[in-house]
Parts: sequence; C-alpha cells; structure tokens
Amino acid sequence: MNAVGILPLDVAGWLVQFWIALGVAGLFLQRAPQLINNIVFPLSALTSLLLAATGLWALAMPTGVMVLPLGLPDLPFHLRLDSLSGFFLILLGAASLGVSLFSAGYFKTMAGSTLGLLCLEYHLFLIGMTLVLLADDAYMFMVAWETMALASYFLVTTDHAIPDIRKAGYLYLLIAHVGAIAILLSFGVMQGGNGIAAYTFDAMRAAQLDPFWSSAAFLLALFGFGAKAGVLPMHVWLPEAHPAAPSPVSALMSGVMLKTAIYGILRVTFDLLDTQLWWWGVLALGLGLLTAVFGVMFAAVQGDMKRLLAYSSIENIGLLLVGIGLTLIFHVYGKDALAALALTATLYHSLNHAMFKSLLFVGTGAILHATGERNMGRLGGLIRRMPWASGLMLVGVLAISGLPPLNGFVSEWLLLQAFLLSPGLPNSYINMLVPVAAAVIALAAALAAYVMVKFYGVIFLGQPREHALEHAHDAGIWERIGMGWLALACVLLGLAPVYVVGQLDHVSQMLLGAQLGNAAGNWIFLAPVDTERASYSPLYFMLAVLGVMLLTSVLVRRLYHGRVRRSDPWDCGFPAQTARMQDTAEGFGQPIRRIFEPFFKIERDVPSPFDTHPRYHGQSDDRLWYILYLPIKHLTEKFSSMAGLLQHGRIHLYLTYTFVTLIVLLVFV
Amino acid sequence: MMENYDLLLAILFQLAQLLLVVLLAPLLTGWVNQCQAWLQNRSGAGVLQPYRVLRKLFHKDAVIAHNASWLFRVTPYIVFGCMWLAAAIIPIIAVDLPFSQAADVIALVGVFALARVFISLAAMDIGTAFGSLGARREMLVSFLAEPALLMVLFTASMISHSTQLPSIVDTLAHHQFVLYPSLAFAALAFVIVLLAENARIPVDNPATHLELTMIHEAMILEYSARHLALIEWASSLKLFAYISIGIALFVPHGIIEVGNWAGLPLAIVLLLLKLMLAGAGLAVFEIVSAKLRIFRAPEFLGTAFLLAVLGLLIHFLLGA
Repeated sequence: MNAVGILPLDVAGWLVQFWIALGVAGLFLQRAPQLINNIVFPLSALTSLLLAATGLWALAMPTGVMVLPLGLPDLPFHLRLDSLSGFFLILLGAASLGVSLFSAGYFKTMAGSTLGLLCLEYHLFLIGMTLVLLADDAYMFMVAWETMALASYFLVTTDHAIPDIRKAGYLYLLIAHVGAIAILLSFGVMQGGNGIAAYTFDAMRAAQLDPFWSSAAFLLALFGFGAKAGVLPMHVWLPEAHPAAPSPVSALMSGVMLKTAIYGILRVTFDLLDTQLWWWGVLALGLGLLTAVFGVMFAAVQGDMKRLLAYSSIENIGLLLVGIGLTLIFHVYGKDALAALALTATLYHSLNHAMFKSLLFVGTGAILHATGERNMGRLGGLIRRMPWASGLMLVGVLAISGLPPLNGFVSEWLLLQAFLLSPGLPNSYINMLVPVAAAVIALAAALAAYVMVKFYGVIFLGQPREHALEHAHDAGIWERIGMGWLALACVLLGLAPVYVVGQLDHVSQMLLGAQLGNAAGNWIFLAPVDTERASYSPLYFMLAVLGVMLLTSVLVRRLYHGRVRRSDPWDCGFPAQTARMQDTAEGFGQPIRRIFEPFFKIERDVPSPFDTHPRYHGQSDDRLWYILYLPIKHLTEKFSSMAGLLQHGRIHLYLTYTFVTLIVLLVFV
Repeated sequence: MMENYDLLLAILFQLAQLLLVVLLAPLLTGWVNQCQAWLQNRSGAGVLQPYRVLRKLFHKDAVIAHNASWLFRVTPYIVFGCMWLAAAIIPIIAVDLPFSQAADVIALVGVFALARVFISLAAMDIGTAFGSLGARREMLVSFLAEPALLMVLFTASMISHSTQLPSIVDTLAHHQFVLYPSLAFAALAFVIVLLAENARIPVDNPATHLELTMIHEAMILEYSARHLALIEWASSLKLFAYISIGIALFVPHGIIEVGNWAGLPLAIVLLLLKLMLAGAGLAVFEIVSAKLRIFRAPEFLGTAFLLAVLGLLIHFLLGA
C-alpha cells in the first residue's frame, strides 16, 4: 500500500482502457495512415512498457482484487492481480513493446480500412490477453479468452483474399474453440455444481474436490490450454496460422498468446486446484518431451522460414510443459525447494521465449518486406544487404539456440539443474524416467541449434539465390528500434539472471509456498542451491570471452600484422560455380529427414538424370494429420451427410417431422 | 588476509593454466601426429611441427573472399577465445580454479556449442558448396555428440552431487579405488564423442581434403593465414580440452589443491604422462580404424548417446 492509494490493478485497468481508445482511434483515423503508424502504434508501445512496469510493481505487492459493475447479474466481472498475473503482464508488456514499435514501421504499406481494422483488432488482441491474465472468475476469463481468440483469428486472416490463409484461419478457429470448450468444462468441474456464484476463482480455490474430479479438471484444462499452446497432438494449427498472419501478429501469437495457455495451466493446476497428483506431472512431462522432440524435428525439415519458427515454438512449448511436469512431480512429493527451481526455470524460459521468438518473427517480417519471399530456398546473402536486421536477428538466433551468455542458456541451465537434483524421489519409476527425460531435453536443445544454424545460414549467409535480392533494403527505423529492444532484452535477461530469479521468487512463493532464492550466490553468481553444487556467472563468462578475443586480436596484430587481401572464393578448379550450388533449406535439413524418416510422411518427385528440365519437389508432412485429423474429418462429414438425409426442402415432409415429434413427446411425457 | 592470499594464489594458478594450455596444446597435436607417423613407419615431422605451421600462417597475408562479411572475420577470434577458455577451466593440475565458478560443466558444453555455431555460420558465409556441406555435416555430428557429452558429464555430476568441475574432480579423485560402473559406460561414450567432436577417424579425417569425407576441413576451406592459424590452434585447444575432460573425469588421480607446492612437480609430471598416453592411444585408435560413411556416423554417435544414458540410468539404479 502506498500513500496515494493507487494499486497496480488500477493502473493496469487504465492502461487497458487506453488501449481500447487507441484501437478505436485507429478505426477513425483510417484516412490518415501515417497517424496510425507514427502516433497510435508508438503510443501503444508506450502503454506496453507501462504495463510491464505495472507487472513488475505488482510482483512484490500484495494481491489486488476488484469487482467491476459489468457482467452477468449474479456474476459480475472479477479482476485480480497477483504475482503470477504480474509476471505474465511483464512478459506481455515487454514483448508487445518491441512488436508494437516494429509494427509502427511494418504496416506502412497498408492503408485505408484494412489498416484501421487491423489497428482495432491488434489492440483488442492485446486487451484480450491482458484480461485473460487479470480475470478472476470463469465468465470473465472465457470472455477475455474468446476476445483473444477472435481478434487473433481476424488478424491471421488479414490477407483473406488468399484461399490458403482463409483455410489456415479456419483451422485455427476450430482448434481454438475445441480447446475453449474443454476449458469451460474444466471450470464447470471445478465449481462443483454449487450454482453461478461458484464460478468465481475464489470459490474454486475453496472447493474441495476429490481426486477423481480434480484429475478430470486437470485433464480438461491440459487439453484445452494445450490446444492453444500447440501441445501434441493439437499442434497442427500453429504451422498453418503463423505463416498466414502478418509477422508482428505471428510474433504476438507465438511470443505471448502461447504463454497465456501456459499461464492457464499454471493457474488451474497450482492455484485453483488444491490437490495435485503425481501422475499429472508424469503426463505433462511425457507430453512435453514428445512435443519438444516432434517440434524441433519438423522445424529442421521446413523450407518456409515462418513455418520453421512455428515448429520451433512447438518445441519450446514442449520444454515449458516439461518444466511444469517436473514442478508438479517435485511439489507432490513435498520437495518444494526443487519445485521452485523447476518452476523458476519454466517461467524464465517463458519470458525468454517471448523475447527471442518475437524478435525472430518480426525479423522474418523485415525480410518479407525487403524481399517479398518466405521460402528460404529463394533467399541468401542478406547479411550484406540488411546489416541491422541480420545483426539483431543473430542475437535472437544465438539466444534461441541456448548459447551462453544469452538468455536461452540460463533457462536451459536451470531446467537441467532441476533434473540433476531429482534423485531421491520416493517413486523409483519416476527416478528412472528422469535421466531419460534429461537426455531427451539435451537432444532437443542440440537439434534446436541445428535448426537455427540452418535458419540463419540459409537466409542471411552465402550468396543471394535470386537476382531480386540485390535490391533488398534494410529494416526501417521503427523496425530497428522494435527489434533492438527485443534483442537487448535477450542480452539483459542473459546477463542478469540473479535479478530475474529474485523477482520470480515472488511467483514461486505464491504458487508453491517455497522460493528458490539465490542463497549461495551473490549479485554476480547465480547459485540456486549452493556454490559447491552449481554456479554460473554470465557476466564473468562474457567478459572472459571478450577479453580473450581482444587480447588475441591485439597480440596477433602487434606481433605479426593485420594485412588482408580480397580475392575470389576458392572454386576447386571448377569456375562455373553459381549461387544455386549452395545448400538450400531442403538440403540442409536432409540429414535430419533421413535419420528420422519414419516420423515424416515424405512425398518426393526426384527427376531422372536424363531430364532436360529437371524439377525437384519434396515435402515432409505430419503423419498425425493423416492418422488423427483426417479420420475425424471424414467421420464428421459422414454424420453431417446422414443428417442431411432428413432434409429434402419439401414443406410437407417437415410438417410430418413436426407432427411425429409432437406425437412422440405426447406419448412419453 | 589469509583468504585474500588464497584467492590471489588461485588466480595465479588460473593464469598459469591459461598460459600453459595455450602453449602446450599444439604440442599435443604434434605428439599425436608424430605417433601416427611412427605407427605408419614414417619418420614424421617432429612434435614441434604445429608451432612451425602456426608461425608460417601468422606471417602470411590473409586472403578472404570478396563477399565475406564481418561474421567471417570475427569467427576465428570467437572460436579461439571459446576453446582457450574451455581448456583453461578444466582442472588438470590443481582444483578450485576461480573461473570454474563462473562456468560449470553445462556452461562448458555451452562454450563448445557457441564455437561450433559460429564456425558453422562462418562456413556458410561465403556461399560455396563446400562451406555449407561442412556446416551441415558438423551440425549433424554435433546434434548427437553434444547430448552424449552432456550425459557423460551428468553421470559424473550425479556421483559428485555437483556440476562444478572442481567439486567433481575433487570427489572422483578421492574415491581412488572405487570403480564406478556408470563411469565405465560414460568413459566409452566419451571416447566416441571425443573422436567425433575433434574431427578424428572414424567420423572425420583431418588429413584429407576429399569432399566425400571431410567435415571440419570443408568448413574452414576459405580461411587462410592468421585466421586459419587461429582456427588450427583452436582445434588443438579443443583436443586438449577434451583430453583434459577425460583426465579430469576418469583418471583424476594426482590432481592437487591450489597452494600445494610440494605436490606440484609430481602433478605436472603426472599430467604430462597422462597427456602423452592419451595422445598415443588416440593415434593407435586412428591407425587401426577406418573412416565411416557419413550416414553411419549418426549410428556411431547414437551408440555413444545410448551408452551415456545407460551409464546415467545405472547410476540411478545402483547408486554407483
């Protein structure tokens, strides 16, 4: 409490209202697109910054609640801002800050009603996500959840003139709603049949559910939120919707919206349900591992840069789910200090992923603007045309590959530490699962580096594969600022883990009643358990690498010389080398496709050696689509055609139906 | 006062090791090559040949392609810096090196990964067919080798309840006569990883430039003069670092505490002996084995990965 009596929740409310105003302003300003670009989006970014600050403020503050005079007669909207919501507000604010700044430059080519509508939908999307984090009753939550889903659906289908994009949007909407139904049912289970007032989260916290119903609620929530997050087998919408959406929207969807699903799982599992069972943790762990490996494997064989990033998001969601599973297991067995470590790793990774994935997605937007090309096989050599975009994206690529001293490494380090500390669980089967899980995580992380070398190498390095690329231009000033912020966040989150972990302790304290602390470490060493056990200092690390590099460079120049001569690359005596002889995205992914062949459904047209105009075509599809989704689709179509048999369009038949129904009802009722 | 003195001493040891590894690493490479020459009944160029090569390369003018970007030019320094650091934080003479606090075994694997990602990116920078071929193969080898290495290190971490290299070495060195079955599996896996990551036969062949077989050499084909010298030196350091890890994990006996002056000569002699033995063993292994086809390499490394996981599982089951 401070003297003025303003609480973080009040500020968050004002910021949401300001966002509404900005969205509506966008609608009215459609005749002045430069105002939308240069005023509305930067103001929106400022609001994001303030929202992140509010979240940071709320972390340490006592929980604030508020009841709005809106909503259903017996169930007004309840709002609540606690540490968990606060943390996710920081994530939302920090990521959308960069994305909104980028958008200020990105949507320049758009005009008129498209831009006005887009501005409104963009802000509705942000508002929806914010309210999901603030909702404190099931009704409010679902309203916010649907706002988020619908706004993002309209954003995905911005280019609705293209049939494929409409199709992608439809798939997204469908899976979002299947998930929403599961979430609604989960809330229904948790309120325990106690009337409409029991739909507040407070009533759910107080409700005592037996293990069966708790498990039902957990499974429904895992399914529902998993559908939003892209957990196997509900992942199919991600690789379709992300490439379809404009890049800043993909960035928000991948960076922030997927995290609202993680928020939902955490909220339901650790806050709303009062008992947890150990097998929930094993289930989450197993699903997470499958999702992670699946995602990264498919990312390695993609040729479209945004699809590649979408699959990489699936991988990261898998890692987050592994973290949640581990937290659950530790928590159930009463090892709350370890649970706090696993939870900290999960939250840290959420934040990291929000930063580097947003950065990479907006980066693909810059490339798309510069070249008009999403297919990596037609890009190349952009590091020389786009120095800003390539430099900033390199930071994102290194961060997502989990390399020290950037942020991806810190969360990976914490997660692996959690695995290493796991022996001593009373259940020996779980004990045996742990090393296998750690191995799978390590494998996924190493493959992620493969994927990212491919991503960066094929797009930015080498020679341009098309002549048009010679005219590619670098990102504009707003775009640079937006990407610059996200890259800076990746660096800062990597270099200051001690501070971040300290802030995350508020969340662990709230959810688990235990905190990780940094008992053994100090401001420069991160040592979650004890210095003898493990410690890491990114700052020293970076200084040492930089120091050694500088020393070497100076010494080499001092002792010898720094002379450089430019020449043609070595051609092995074959001067007719062209840019087309470099590895394409397809080629770079070939070893992975070959090793993991059984997992892909591969279609290839390999031309014969005697073909004068050879054309190669290769496609690696998801088997799950054929095994799981198509049968469901066929079944649905069958049922609807059976229902269609009843319809003939003749009035007397319909009158007969009515008559028969009436008779039947009279007989039975 | 005493504490300050200890810290100063530790920093001194750290700097000494930093200097020692960077000077000694080419000698190890020279020794391995010399052993191979003897085994092939050649007289060989002598153990000092790598130094001569480095000197020659540093004197030459660097030739780089017209379209080389900044990434291509900084990579040798990054790779060299990473490898130097990696070799310097592994306790081989004395434990409790101060810099080990900043980077534990997971970070050590991270350093190797950082260097690898940069060199692969640099290989793709010029845009010749060879560069991307090398980068792709390098990443192919490493995506299996890296988790295997991590699992090997985890096995040792589990035994010593720590991911700090000094603690690990301390624990393992003071259980002199206990043979850990889990570590036996880990050692096998580690040998495979060492061969793969250092571009040795049977995964890669450092002596040829045949496009069907080469991995590491294909990546650095565009480098010359001081850039090439730094990369070659970094390769020596990498081999040195890997052999050091092997020594620290599997034969840590004789490693002393910082400040134990009386034990220092013996520790140094023991280290040199272990390095010579390891180098000779590597040479023998390379001579008697044949290069694998590139698509057999994943199977070979998959074996290492499985062995390492098995070692970890055995530790979980037997507690040893």
